[in-house]
Amino acid sequence: MTKFEPVLTRNTRYPDSEKIATYLAHGGYETARSAVKMQPDAIIEMVKRSGLRGRGGAGFPAGVKWGFMPTDAPQKIVAVNTDEGEPGTFKDREIVERDPHSVIEGVIIAAYAVGANRAYVYIRGEFFLGVKRWIKAIADAYEQGCLGKNIFGSGFDLDMSVHRGAGAYICGEETAMIESLEGKRGSPRLKPPYPAQIGLFGLPTLVHNIETLACIPHIVGRGPEWFAGIGTAESKGPKIFSVSGHVNQPGNYELPLGISLREIIYEYAGGMRGGRALKAVIPGGASTPMLTASQVDVPMAFETLKAAGSELGTGAIVVMDETTCMVEAACRLSKFFAHESCGRCTPCRVGSVRLYEILERIRRGKGQKDDIEFILEIARGIDGNTFCPMGAALVNPARSAIQHFRDEFEYHIANQRCPVSGKPN
Amino acid sequence: MLAEKYPNEVKKILAKYPPERKQSAVMPLLHLAQLEAGFVDRHAVVEIAGICGITETDVAEIIGFYTLYHDAPEGKLRLQVCTDISCALRGADEFLAKVCERLGIQPGGTTPDGLVTVEAVMCLAACDKAPMFQVQGPDGIAYHENMTVDKTMEFIETARKEVK
Repeated sequence: MTKFEPVLTRNTRYPDSEKIATYLAHGGYETARSAVKMQPDAIIEMVKRSGLRGRGGAGFPAGVKWGFMPTDAPQKIVAVNTDEGEPGTFKDREIVERDPHSVIEGVIIAAYAVGANRAYVYIRGEFFLGVKRWIKAIADAYEQGCLGKNIFGSGFDLDMSVHRGAGAYICGEETAMIESLEGKRGSPRLKPPYPAQIGLFGLPTLVHNIETLACIPHIVGRGPEWFAGIGTAESKGPKIFSVSGHVNQPGNYELPLGISLREIIYEYAGGMRGGRALKAVIPGGASTPMLTASQVDVPMAFETLKAAGSELGTGAIVVMDETTCMVEAACRLSKFFAHESCGRCTPCRVGSVRLYEILERIRRGKGQKDDIEFILEIARGIDGNTFCPMGAALVNPARSAIQHFRDEFEYHIANQRCPVSGKPN
Repeated sequence: MLAEKYPNEVKKILAKYPPERKQSAVMPLLHLAQLEAGFVDRHAVVEIAGICGITETDVAEIIGFYTLYHDAPEGKLRLQVCTDISCALRGADEFLAKVCERLGIQPGGTTPDGLVTVEAVMCLAACDKAPMFQVQGPDGIAYHENMTVDKTMEFIETARKEVK
């Protein structure tokens, strides 16, 4: 096991890591102080060269996104997305609660580079502690001259506020988050126009996940080559992996992209609980297709997980051992998406509920002969036919569970009980 | 009235958004309105609609869409257990069932003294610390992680003495 020096979580080892005094004592805000004296284009170029890809799930190249921001618009916005809520994912919460200043520093640099003078931090409503800490952190940053007028004497102004969410998974989607910031239901917008063209309040808006922005001070401070030196060909930098489920030590582990799933589970997360055999893994949060135990050597990177039939997503690893009923797992995951569909478009609103209902009846031992085909047909009707990426996401649990564990579904239907527990669940 | 009870908070909330974008204030105003009673009453809906320059239906739509807002009173504390996949793999269903059994209520039900409503909710981003729940109450929201049924009952007993 090679020791990896934490980058994104390095501050969380200090007591009172959320306080500005702690952050400043360890060199905090020094990178932003120099950045606001650089040429904005040079910063965008650095982010492009770093190879940083978004950490919120989609993996879009960050520097390219910055390049989409128009240079001639008089008013622009940076919006930070921390509406973390996908089952398995709990990395953003750690940053929100324990290291707000790293992100504020990242936002200052990003806002300066794209010419934005307003920033909003959308924090999940349940993160009450995090919201309180952010309100304090922003107030302290103003007091220290890191936010407000004429930041670090550079002539650059930036105002920042927290917007507290109120419980809606869909607001993790960038345009739904923008709608929510405008005081509406979190229903995704049609794209294009992209937020960089028409975003919050009709203004060009750069939206990033909080972990993406936490990378920025390190890229600018240590250089893009340093960042690009970590990871694989198409997946650069450090990443916080959330590990949960049947492991001995669930938790967040910051490691280089490209590390194998096996190493994370067995070396870092303490291996399988009770020494049981691994059965399946969700590698990137509830919306990513499951993998089987035979795929555990896959490197955790965008391109390698895609080749393995799944996705890196948010890097949230849900580990399931041999005692897990895959019908039950797929059913539970589908229930989540059925609950969280915003209701805007029919394939997602109706399809998600129908998927869940069929899985639920199979789980209860009431499955019908054609139910597996029925599920796959509904999945085909949803995938690619919805307004936002949630459609493609919500079919993944059921479809991948059937792909890898079809015999378990068939057994449930033929025998009205579960092959794992021996009874209807 | 919010404007009379929390004049400074309302002012601060409105200052966060452009003057012509008052609708953005609807969510923070609802959080404020809900804090004490645990739900948003009819008067608050009317007032918030007025402040934000939107209709009462618009405000009601927001309350209905976002799970943290409530339009009817329940227990003073809402004990919300996450039962999504990661928590379920670590016994969240059994935990929820046992807590409800000890309290003599069904999931979704409220104790006869009106203190606690226990319900299953979707992912709370605390997957590594299951079983866990959040408590939504007059002091905001607090997470309770790595819980046992006994620890939960202790928490409820303490709350019973403290929450009036």
